[in-house]
Amino acid sequence: MENVERLKEICKDVRADIVRMTNAAGSGHPGGSLSAVEAMVVLYGNVMNHRPSEPSWPGRDRFFLSKGHACPVVYATMARTGYFPVDELVTLRKLGTRLQGHPSCMTLPGIEVSSGSLGQGLSVANGFALSAKIDRKPYRAFCLLGDGELQEGQIWEAMMTAAHYKLDNVCAIVDYNGLQIDGEIEKVMGLAPLEEKWRSFNWHVIECDGHDVEQVLAAYEESRQTQGKPSVIIMKTVKGKGISFMENVAGWHGKPCNQEEMKQALEEIYGKGI
Amino acid sequence: MSMKMLPTRDGYGHGLIELGAMNPNVIVLDADLAKSTRSDWFQAKYPDRFFDIGIAEQDMIGTAAGLALGGKIPFATTYAVFVAGRAWDQVRTTVCYSKLNVKIAGAHGGISAGGDGATHQSLEDIAVMRVLPNMTVIIPCDANEAKKATIAVSKIDGPCYLRFAREATPVFTEESDPFEIGKAIVLRPGKDVTIIAAGPLVYEALLAHDQLAAEGIAARVINMHTIKPLDEATVLKAARDTGAIVTIDEAQMAGGLGSAVAEFLVSHFPIPVERIGINDTFLECGLPEELAVKYQLKAKDLASAAKKAVARKVVCRSDG
Ligand SMILES: Cc1ncc(C[n+]2csc(CCOP(=O)(O)OP(=O)(O)O)c2C)c(N)n1
Ligand SMILES: [Mg+2]
Repeated sequence: MENVERLKEICKDVRADIVRMTNAAGSGHPGGSLSAVEAMVVLYGNVMNHRPSEPSWPGRDRFFLSKGHACPVVYATMARTGYFPVDELVTLRKLGTRLQGHPSCMTLPGIEVSSGSLGQGLSVANGFALSAKIDRKPYRAFCLLGDGELQEGQIWEAMMTAAHYKLDNVCAIVDYNGLQIDGEIEKVMGLAPLEEKWRSFNWHVIECDGHDVEQVLAAYEESRQTQGKPSVIIMKTVKGKGISFMENVAGWHGKPCNQEEMKQALEEIYGKGI
Repeated sequence: MSMKMLPTRDGYGHGLIELGAMNPNVIVLDADLAKSTRSDWFQAKYPDRFFDIGIAEQDMIGTAAGLALGGKIPFATTYAVFVAGRAWDQVRTTVCYSKLNVKIAGAHGGISAGGDGATHQSLEDIAVMRVLPNMTVIIPCDANEAKKATIAVSKIDGPCYLRFAREATPVFTEESDPFEIGKAIVLRPGKDVTIIAAGPLVYEALLAHDQLAAEGIAARVINMHTIKPLDEATVLKAARDTGAIVTIDEAQMAGGLGSAVAEFLVSHFPIPVERIGINDTFLECGLPEELAVKYQLKAKDLASAAKKAVARKVVCRSDG
């Protein structure tokens, strides 16, 4: 368990890691990684029951990254919480790396399932949660979804399944940053009113500012206490959060910083003089 | 003497029931086709381990993946055409790439969904499942073998695809016959030509054997129940011993069993191979038997292909 101030410090490091690793790779997805930093750091830092030094410990809660392109934030969070050395982050996307361009459970212990084709993770979280119910185990299944990703039909199938089987050990997290590759969600294929949609699918809906560590902590706690139905935390976020020129710009979805931009980005994250 | 007739999906149903008793980790999922697929037989006995996911094949495969991660052995069941088609990306990326212990049962495979027409005839499933790394692909030849295959896949770790038929077909193997995944069964020992078949068409191969025997041609008959991994040793031996091969697919020929055999032989022991099957076309509605005749999947078609293969063998020899 970390205190709030410490979590905020880790968030800074994770943001910097995302910028550095995608810069080193020359490709990758910073935008949707930066918007999910607090969601991931709070989850791995304070919420999940897991053992970073023993990634396949059977008693662990499971995290499923449905929006696989955001793996930089997951890799950085894993490294910062002790799964592997921070130095390894710059191997992202390089030949022979464990840090594949989209996460592979075949290469990196701690990744539960490979992902990268959007829309599939919630079903997997449900299946795992169902197995926990059958075995009367206390494990929980967390699943991070993109808002654009919600346009995939399979997500809505899985929403029905989780509610139908009353999987209150499922916690979905929507990174509601309002952008997808082609632009604004509401212009490409609108989702609003998103909360009402989840609610009408019989989910317990929790809303919060996805960059406010205290709110994110409280949202996970509310999810943990929810009984009889699955819960979703709709986190209002900013794509590219923390780096002024990246914020709310769809173009930074899949483009890394160059050296110049990286210098500025790191200054913004840590403040000048570092 | 009348032959007992049963659909291979019945063997699946019986296999599931036996697995339910044998292994508490076996879970069965279906997508609103539990009666047709026979998964309802398991549901009736083990309601706590049966989950209907509704008409949502993609979600069913994902849910199966999660169950496998939780240590369960899920059998995701629906029509072959829907699971192999609609949910292919889920099977590829979530199940096969992650090498998860998910068993997929495709019912009403091949032309056995005859009357439903082309939308329901699963002719591409073998090709699209076979091409996936980590996947095992099995077509049981009769209800007895279907039961054995269902039980056998629960004992190996990793993704497996099983194809079953809707129609009753001859039950010509014994319950006591051995069954091992990846180990083909030589049913007739001939020396002149080899017929390689899978699924209910193995029975047609046996009939073709008899027709050829009457003409003085001794055909070897191989039941290649496991399409992948292909039993290469048995294919190679047949190629060496008989010098000519015939394959038959109740599926598109492109990518099917015949492709698997030809791919192997072309680089290890090139000899004449005659392939029959569905040749790059959608079919139409009709009784499965009528379709089999129209699209030339009968014993006589195998026999004439065998004679062609034998003739080519002579030509090859005189050339050499
Ligand atoms: C099935 C599938 N279709 C398309 C893509 C390509 N793709 C990758 S990310 C992305 C946009 C995702 O938007 P969103 O879910 O909002 O993610 P975020 O904004 O959090 O990055 C698309 C279309 C994909 N990975 N998978
Ligand atoms: Mg988005």
